Amino acid sequence: MKVFDAVREAGHTIRTQKLKTAFSMVGVLIGVTFLIAVVSIIQGMNAYMEDKFANGLIGLNTFQLAQRPTINTGNVEEEVWREWQRRPRLRYDDADYIEPRLATPAVVSRYCQDRATLGVGGKVAKDITLIGTDPAYFTIKNYNLSSGRIFTAQELRTAQPVMVVGTLVAEKLLPGQDPLGKEISVAGIPYRVIGVVEPQGTLFGLSMDKFVVTPYTAPARRFICPIGVLDYISFQAVNPQQMVGLRDEVESLMRQRRGLRPGQTNNFDFTDSKSALEGWNKISGFLIAALPMLVGIGLVVGGIVIMNIMLVSVTERIREIGVRKALGAKRRDILMQFLVESATISTFGAACGVALGIVLAMVVTALSPLPAKVAPWSVLLGVGLGMTVGMVAGVYPATRAAKLDPIVALRSE
Amino acid sequence: MSDAIIRVCGLERSYVMGTETVHALRGVDLQIRRNEYVAIMGPSGSGKSTLMNLMGCLDTPTAGEYWLNGQEVSRMSDDALARVRNKEIGFVFQTFNLLPRATALQNVELPLVYAGVPSAERRRKASAALERVGLGDRMDHKPNELSGGQRQRVAIARGLVNDPALLLADEPTGNLDSTTTEEILGVFERLHEQGQTIIIVTHESEVAQHAHRTVVIRDGRIASDKMNREAAA
Repeated sequence: MKVFDAVREAGHTIRTQKLKTAFSMVGVLIGVTFLIAVVSIIQGMNAYMEDKFANGLIGLNTFQLAQRPTINTGNVEEEVWREWQRRPRLRYDDADYIEPRLATPAVVSRYCQDRATLGVGGKVAKDITLIGTDPAYFTIKNYNLSSGRIFTAQELRTAQPVMVVGTLVAEKLLPGQDPLGKEISVAGIPYRVIGVVEPQGTLFGLSMDKFVVTPYTAPARRFICPIGVLDYISFQAVNPQQMVGLRDEVESLMRQRRGLRPGQTNNFDFTDSKSALEGWNKISGFLIAALPMLVGIGLVVGGIVIMNIMLVSVTERIREIGVRKALGAKRRDILMQFLVESATISTFGAACGVALGIVLAMVVTALSPLPAKVAPWSVLLGVGLGMTVGMVAGVYPATRAAKLDPIVALRSE
Repeated sequence: MSDAIIRVCGLERSYVMGTETVHALRGVDLQIRRNEYVAIMGPSGSGKSTLMNLMGCLDTPTAGEYWLNGQEVSRMSDDALARVRNKEIGFVFQTFNLLPRATALQNVELPLVYAGVPSAERRRKASAALERVGLGDRMDHKPNELSGGQRQRVAIARGLVNDPALLLADEPTGNLDSTTTEEILGVFERLHEQGQTIIIVTHESEVAQHAHRTVVIRDGRIASDKMNREAAA
């Protein structure tokens, strides 16, 4: 008997016993569905975190120098927090000291921010991110303007009250109008709108368009940070390799400037996309580690179910096995018939699991901001595991069938 | 006797049941020539089923020799016996033993599947076998859509499809009414005329009458072996 004939017969048996097949493959189906869905969601989440969260918030090949880590995803102990608070603040002159001394090419940007209430006439917009920075900030954030222009180095130097706004701010305060040239007041000080940043979408469902960018020298600066103080300085390198060197450079310059002796810990911190992702990586690592166990339970249960149903099936078909043997089926033929049947059932279950997993991933994508991404390797793994489970589960029933004495089998009712 | 298709010498078969040894066959000598039509009769417990199992290569003897179509099969391994069953023997059972979920054609194809025949040729041979038993128009019917006589004819077609040296029928009419019995015996008669060697195991003497030679087994030995009158005539 050829394998192809065995597969065809298995297909025939499965078609004629749909309900039984459906029950036997449930376990494998659930296991594989779980595998595909979880891997897809984690992969999508990874892509999202890296792209939107880390690179979006910090910038590509960029790190931030600050008094303390600028993004914390884990718990911070109180003692650590107090130590951070005791550190000196980062100042304009820190940036002025570092920037000209850097050997590695870099885009350097000074940054401070606060939440503020903005107004136009009687209208107010609360809880807007008010940013004080320099033109380099637009480069690092990779902001494109939908209209207008960014402020110039000249405007920065001369502390002009100008601002580039996020779309949501423009829509809220100046609905239906061209915002360019209009005035928006920050703490009662009028600023002229000179540009609008393209829509930035959402992060975890929160809008990324509720901000205004002003020169950090501009009149309302004392409402953002104490004068002379910065929240952080961003350094963008040309590529990831140079970023490492750049960071070492900035670190030694800072230690030098602050007079730290060897052995003394830094009284400043760096945040880059990697450290921003630390918390998430911990969570996803945990999920990935737990995954084999969860999938394994599904597959083991699925395998046991298939084995039992195959045993029942062998018992039900003892006479058929006798007939087949009388007609010339060798042990190997019977063995193969039942192995192929069991593998086919479970592979079919795995395939359904893959389909269901992909559907689940699509549902997650549709209902949440997470772009679940189906990993091709997980599909292959799922189907491969399904087939293996079927084969393994089929060995015992198939061996029993193959060993039957044709005379006894033919006599059974 | 060079054209003997079956040559059995001193065939013995005993079973150990607990502490007791049951001698089902106590030394059977038998020769059957090509194109003979033989009935094997005997009361239950006579050893007739044991002899049939041995001749059908489903079992191996405790002692003695069994030559089938020039091969000594009594010492063969399980797989070798399976090959002999596939190529040399066509079984017809009392209860037809068709696969219920397969069509007539698929049932008839089954021995060819185990012979490794490619599917197009399988189809051709199986259709031809069904034509031979007059079921050319019932190929795609499932067994439960066929009458008892038709089912048995499908089983006969299945037995014939590999051109076996021997068609071995075990009570082939046991589950059939008298009209259908005649119909099936007619099929055997025709096959015999076409040159097929046939052995029918039965306990009905009316059925045995149709064969040309009757071998009676009693207590594990051949009690009588004679040509039937009408066949001799």
